[in-house]
Amino acid sequence: MNWTKKHLLSIEELTKEEIDFIIDNAFSFKDILLRPIKKVPALRGKTVVNLFFEPSTRTLISFSLAEKHLSADSVNVSTKTSSVMKGESLLDTAKNIESMKTDMVVIRHSSPGAAKFLSERINSNVINAGDGTHEHPTQALLDFMTIKEIYKEFKNLKVLILGDILHSRVARSLIWGFSKYNTKVTLCAPPTLMPLFLNDFDVKIEYDIDKAIQDKDVIYILRMQLERQEKGLFPSLREYVKEFSMTYERYLKIKDRSIIMHPGPINRGVELDGNVADSEKSVILDQVTNGVAVRMAILYLLNGGKNE
Amino acid sequence: MNKKTLILNENGISKIIDSMVYSILENEKDLKNIAFIGIIKRGDIIAKRVAERISKLKNIDIPIGKIDINLYRDDLSLIDYQPLVRSTEVLFDINDKVIYLFDDVFFTGRTIRSALVEILDIGRPKMIKLYVLIDRKSRELPIRPDFSGIELEIPKKDNINVFFKELDGKDSVEKEEN
Repeated sequence: MNWTKKHLLSIEELTKEEIDFIIDNAFSFKDILLRPIKKVPALRGKTVVNLFFEPSTRTLISFSLAEKHLSADSVNVSTKTSSVMKGESLLDTAKNIESMKTDMVVIRHSSPGAAKFLSERINSNVINAGDGTHEHPTQALLDFMTIKEIYKEFKNLKVLILGDILHSRVARSLIWGFSKYNTKVTLCAPPTLMPLFLNDFDVKIEYDIDKAIQDKDVIYILRMQLERQEKGLFPSLREYVKEFSMTYERYLKIKDRSIIMHPGPINRGVELDGNVADSEKSVILDQVTNGVAVRMAILYLLNGGKNE
Repeated sequence: MNKKTLILNENGISKIIDSMVYSILENEKDLKNIAFIGIIKRGDIIAKRVAERISKLKNIDIPIGKIDINLYRDDLSLIDYQPLVRSTEVLFDINDKVIYLFDDVFFTGRTIRSALVEILDIGRPKMIKLYVLIDRKSRELPIRPDFSGIELEIPKKDNINVFFKELDGKDSVEKEEN
């Protein structure tokens, strides 16, 4: 297929073929990570700005490494040290950065739609690195790559997404993606953390974790977003752990060929036990490696993208 | 319809592969120190065929790798769509080896330039030699093959189409006039 998109804003807007194409490219980019010289000249002379209005470790490092491996020049801007603190608007910040003749902008922002907003107003390629509770497309793509690496296809898989679905942009991107592959998805969370938009999707909702974890090929545990909790969504963290945490005891009951995934950062002892995260069924660190490869593939493809 | 002329048939290709084999055997006293790398998508097939024949004659397995040069192209920002990146597989140590690099058609030399840079990113071979089926004699860079099966001087707008059984179900080389 021919890649035509200029921006990567959401999984919702991608076709199944486009997701597959990104992943197929990403497998080739993963090989580059295993070489002694992890650098190819594909984006030589291109400038990428990583505009992060929210804290990030993994995503920012992952994008930065991907850019460096492709020989792009990159600059990181974080809110704490930028003029955003002086009250400059998102658009003004972006327009000013673009006036310095940059080619691509990777943006993380707390407002849903921030990436799309920018993409409609500036000429650079825009990549959404997380916009509020809307979507986190590169995370979902690296997750799909990790699943494809293990299971080869999505068709007959049974997937469980467990935890704080309400606040999770990762969950939204995953649900969009799985819906395109017709994968059977079950969601498990306290009723107060289960969002309403799910009515539009063909997903199963299960409030009993012990039932939910049975027969699943993929158990995707979300981070309890402690920073986004309003009061009263669940009685206490202790209660949450008792009812919805992937404890080691529960881990022992999952399918032999099941895998444990998590987008990071993990709260050990909250949404999962430390020894589940470190267990042999956990692919959490493989997800991180694949993240660099997927982001290389996206940067490479968007560089050739045209205006839609 | 474009005019197509047969340049090589199965027998012709086979003869060139044989000449490559003899040329390599003549060059190399120590076959243990050589390795083959083919440029995807057809150079890797030539590499494999040459290695198989050497293996039959000398009972030695030569390591074979393949490279995809798309990320090293000098025209990435000019072409319409980014090509699918295929896996470069060089699973052996190329340091201090004599590398035979294979491709089907030598045209401007730009593909070979990309391939050379990529190989040098993987390691530091002792020497790199270039073996091609056809040399179109249309260089744009100071790079030339060490071995070419045939030389063809044809207008730049015309195509040379190479077909191999492994990919296309037949062995032949055609000239296509545009």
